[in-house]
Order: sequence, then structure tokens, then C-alpha cells
Amino acid sequence: MDMPIIELKGVVKSFGPVDVLKGVNFTAYPGKITALVGDNGAGKSTLIKGLAGVQPYDGGQVLFDGSPVTLHSPRDAGDLGIEVVYQDLALCDNLDIVQNMFLGREELSAGTFDEGRMEREAAETLRQLSVRTVKSVRQKVSSLSGGQRQTVAIARSVLKKAKVVILDEPTAALGVAQTAQVLALVKRLAEQGVSVILISHNLVDVFEVADYISVLYLGQMVASVKASETNNEDVIGYITGAKTYEGTPA
Amino acid sequence: MSAPNSGTPPTESTTALAALSTEQLIGSGQEGGLLDQVRAWVQRVRGGDMGALPAVAGFIVLSILFTILSPYFFTERNFANLLTQAATLVMLGMALVFVLLLGEIDLSAGVTAGLTMVIFVVLIAVVNLNWILALAIAFLTGIAIGTFIGFFVAKVGIPSFVVTLGLFLGFQGLELIIIGAGGLYRVETPEILAIQNSTLPTWGGWVMVAVMLAISATMSFIDRARRTRAEVPNRTIALVWAKLIAIAVLGGGVVLILNQNRGTGFKAIEGVPIVVPITLAILWIGTFVLDRTKFGRYIYAVGGNAEAARRSGVKVAMIRWCAFIVCSSLAVVSGLFSISKVGSVDAAAGREIVLSGVAAAVVGGVSLFGGRGRLIHAAIGALVIAVITNGLGLLNLPAGVNYAVTGGVLILAATIDAVSRKRAGGSILRT
Ligand SMILES: Nc1ncnc2c1ncn2[C@@H]1O[C@H](COP(=O)(O)OP(=O)(O)OP(=O)(O)O)[C@@H](O)[C@H]1O
Ligand SMILES: [Mg+2]
Repeated sequence: MDMPIIELKGVVKSFGPVDVLKGVNFTAYPGKITALVGDNGAGKSTLIKGLAGVQPYDGGQVLFDGSPVTLHSPRDAGDLGIEVVYQDLALCDNLDIVQNMFLGREELSAGTFDEGRMEREAAETLRQLSVRTVKSVRQKVSSLSGGQRQTVAIARSVLKKAKVVILDEPTAALGVAQTAQVLALVKRLAEQGVSVILISHNLVDVFEVADYISVLYLGQMVASVKASETNNEDVIGYITGAKTYEGTPA
Repeated sequence: MSAPNSGTPPTESTTALAALSTEQLIGSGQEGGLLDQVRAWVQRVRGGDMGALPAVAGFIVLSILFTILSPYFFTERNFANLLTQAATLVMLGMALVFVLLLGEIDLSAGVTAGLTMVIFVVLIAVVNLNWILALAIAFLTGIAIGTFIGFFVAKVGIPSFVVTLGLFLGFQGLELIIIGAGGLYRVETPEILAIQNSTLPTWGGWVMVAVMLAISATMSFIDRARRTRAEVPNRTIALVWAKLIAIAVLGGGVVLILNQNRGTGFKAIEGVPIVVPITLAILWIGTFVLDRTKFGRYIYAVGGNAEAARRSGVKVAMIRWCAFIVCSSLAVVSGLFSISKVGSVDAAAGREIVLSGVAAAVVGGVSLFGGRGRLIHAAIGALVIAVITNGLGLLNLPAGVNYAVTGGVLILAATIDAVSRKRAGGSILRT
């Protein structure tokens, strides 16, 4: 088996008296899609916010490509090539697509923006992802549909040759067609060698794209399995706590 | 990325075509001729992105109205008067844009101007300080005030409304303590008085327009060259010419009027007041910063979605902090314009103007919700308010009417802001 690109060992996080992550182990592999599932409030978003450096973990170890790293700010994560598409979309409505995709990492030339280059790269990235639904890269994000926003957010995450892309419920608010598009996009990312971590409540989606499935239950990782070696019923069991996973973590 | 590899050098249209053919999936909004661009603009306006359009329309309508109502309104004298009257408000409005873009407000900007000017004149009149030194201290005070506000807003997390309301009251008290009730200091520094009361030589006005044209043309062509290098389509070149012609006609017209002799006595008074090129320079620099640098882009980003900006690695607190410093510093400039026009400083300096400053920005199309607006909007909005004040003054109406009308215009502008925001889909709240 490949070496994991991300390996979490016993990470903990609490908000005041509430222990949200109680020693979680988690792995993700390059070119593979790992689904992270669990009930509302299980701690999925908290787990990935730690990886993103947005809400650092209180303890535990993070290994990136086998070596320990610290993730204390979004920049730390960005430098490693970890990009996140958040559940509550992190786009600026008042900026256009290019400006959003390059926010925080604008291309400069002589100290000022090189808008041409940014526009080129943005269009290029959207094209690689075969995005068709967007009319112009200079559209304001406020004028985009939910699916288009999701597309922009995902394109933003791969713009800078990300190694790990984390998607928090990317299809939650989308219709059938747009969900299919985003899932296709997710597969394409993995084909390009990116390690994708996908959070979703929709097990149909999960089984359609995931290589691995990890289940969080009340802040603990109760199962990590290959998608091909489990089934819908078992996973529901792990999520609700009705069933315990017996095997070794995949 | 297929540059045309035939022997002919890539012309404007061939590069645009090549880019189009490789990129049929997504456009850039830059394609098409003048007509397409105009159509796209009309669409944006209809979509609620009106910018300064209502203010420009208001300016024109009001000007026509007052020209009909008063024989004095459309005279060279009054025109120059209008510009110098408006200058203080223009500068204060531009100062406020930096914090309004963040969705914040600085209610103390007016008294910051007032207090720093009190310090300035007292240092000269009482302490006998050299005026340049006094000016430096005034600016340092302004920067310190901005730093103070920024600290409490960005680091401590107090709403800017509260912090600056506190300072609004506190600084009035400070002014009173320094000057004393009823006290008044005359401004006697010729260099400061010159800002509003002296003019460029008549040829200087033409040089000013020429410089504006040169800068605008240079920037446009640098932008186009960069886009061509990146192989993305450029807007039709007709737009550049249109912009240059607009500057030439508008700027030329203004200079032409201001270069007429508007004196009433023996001495000819003619030429562009010095405050005009100063204001234009600050407008240009500020716009450059907002449009083309990270600081400017991040102000918009934080105003649009602070959490998104933070997650993108923007140092949100730092941006907020700096915006307040810029605001207070520019407020000092507006104070200079004010004392240069009025010729004196009293204990109430800057007390009344701040709401007009906010009104100027909002009337011009700067959103109170943050994230939308430009410096030029505040300048245009300030001109609208100045026209109202000036025109009503000529009609000999009671001062109360002026307040009522200005207030009405502000509410109208804020309504336009709120409605267009809804139409642009901004009402979808995102954290
Ligand atoms: N900033 C915070 N302060 C306090 N408690 C928090 C905070 N963020 C999350 N929590 C709590 O931590 C728990 C896990 O939240 P988290 O958002 O990680 O869940 P989730 O698995 O992503 O759920 P969902 O499927 O609803 O998105 C919840 O009980 C939540 O109330
Ligand atoms: Mg969540």
C-alpha cells in the first residue's frame, strides 16, 4: 500500500468543557478519495478545521508525508499544499471568480496585481476541471448559483497544485445535476494524484466515489474501511453507534 | 495556450480570437466590441450594481434645477466656490470609504480633523512652533488616533460605532479644553491658506489635464500589455479612447471655466484652485492602492466576507487596523482643507461634518454593508451634497431646509444601497 500523505495520531480538541475530538486517528492517501462520515456534531468539521490550521488541535500528532508538522494558521496548511473547501462556503460575494480564486495569494508584477496572469491561470484551472457552467471568470460570485460557487471553491483549492483537498459537504445544498458535476470533479481531482478527503452525509455519493470510508462517532474514529469491503448497512451502523467495527483500520 | 504561430505578429484581434477558441468554455467578459461592453454594463446596472450612476444623475439634475432657479448658480465664481466648498467633504468622504468598505464606520473622523487642526494652530500660535513641524505633529496625532481606534476595533473587538462615538464626544471635550469655549484662532500660515485660496497659473490647469491623460493612458496600456502577455483577451481599445476623451472633455471643460477671470475687483482671480490637484492626486493614489495592491484587495475581501478572507490567509485584524489609520490620516487632510477655506479654528471644529461625510460616500454609491464602493463614489457624492448646500444657499432658503434635504438624500441613497444589494444577491447571509 501507498504511504499515507496525511496521518493523524490521537488528535484531541475541546471547546471549553466539551471534548469534541477524543483522540482521533485518521489517514488519507495520495490519489485516493477518503470519505469522512458521521452524524451531526460528530466532529467532522472540527477535525478538518484542525488540518486547515483554522482551529488548531489541542494535542495529538499530525504527520504529513511521514514527517510531523504543526498547523497553526491557514498559511501553514497552505504551504504544505492542504486546501479546504468549507461547508459554509468561504467565498467573498463582492469579488469576482478570479479574485476569489487568488485571494491571499495574488500574482504580483512590480508590486501590483498581474490581473492578466491571474485570469489566465484561473480560466486554465476551470478548463482542466471541465467546468462549463460558468459564463465568465470575471463574474461576481454573488451572481453564481450554489453549484457554481461550489465549483469555484473547488477550483480555488486546486489552483496552486494542492496535494490534499478537503471538501466539507460539497454537495449538501445542490440539486441532482449539480451534485453529479461536483462528484465528477472530485473524481477528476483524485485522478490527478490529489488526496481528497470528502465529508458527506449522503452515503450514495460516498459509495459512488470513495476509496476509503472513515466513520466518526461522538469524537472518536470508530471505523476506517475500504469502500469495496463494506456496505451501506454496516456504515449506517457505525455512524449511529449500533454496530462496532471489528477489523483493523484500513 | 496557443499563441498564433503564424509569421504575423499577434494583433489585438488575433490574440483575442485565439484565446476565445482555446477557451470556449469560459469567457472573461472582455470580449466583443464597444457595443457588447455597453450591453454588459447595462446588464450589471440592471442587476443592481449601479455604482455612482444615481449620484451622477442627481448631480446633473440638481445643477440644472439650480441653474434655472438662481442666476448666480452657473457662474465661474460660484463654480470655483462650489469646488472649494466641496473639497473638505470630498476628502472626508474618501477617508471614510476605507472603513465603510470594511462595513465599519468612523464617527470621529470629523472631530479627528477638528482636533488635529486645533493642535496645529495652537502649536503655531501659542507655542510658536514652525508650521511644518506643527503639521507633522498634526499628522502624527491623526495616525495615533487611527491606531487607537484600530486597536479597539480590530484587537479588542468593540464595534467601531461605539469606539468612534466615544471619541466623537471625547475629542469635542478636548477641543474645548485646549481652545476654551468661544475661543477662536485665526489661521495665519500662508502655505495652508493657499490650498483653498490660491490658484494654479492658467497654464498649470492645462498641465494638470495633460498629466491626468498621460497617467491614464500609461496605466491602460500597461494593463493591456500584461493581459496580452498572459494571452487573455483585452477589452476593445475603443474603451481606452472613450475614457481618455472623457477625461480630456471633462477636465478640459473644468479648467476652461476655472481659467476665466472670476474676480470682482481690480485683481484678476483665475486658474484652478490648488486644492483640486491635491485632491485628484490623493484620489488617484488611493484608487491605485484599493484596485491594484494586496492591501486594497484585502479591504474588499474583509468587507465582503471576513471569515473567508481569514481562511484564505488574510491578516484580517491587521487590515482593519490599517484601514482606520488611513481613514484618520486622510481626515487630517480634510481638516487642512477646512481651515484653509474658513481661515480660523474654533472649539467646535469638525463637529458637524462627519455625518455629511458618511452621506457623501453613501450617496455616491459606497455600501454601508461593506465590500462595495470606490473613492470616486465618495467624491461624486460629496459634490452632490455640496451642490445642494450651495444651491439652497443661493436661494436664500432657511438653513433648516438644507439639513432636511441632505437628510432626505441620504435616506434615499441608503435605500438604493439596500435595494441594489438585495438584487445583487448580497442578502444571502454568509459567515
Ligand atoms: N467553535 C465552537 N465552539 C464550541 N463548540 C463547538 C465549536 N465548533 C464546534 N463545536 C461543537 O463541536 C461538536 C462537533 O461539531 P462539528 O461542527 O465538528 O460537527 P460535524 O460533524 O461537522 O457536524 P455536521 O454534520 O452537522 O456538520 C458539536 O457538538 C459542536 O456543537
Ligand atoms: Mg460539519
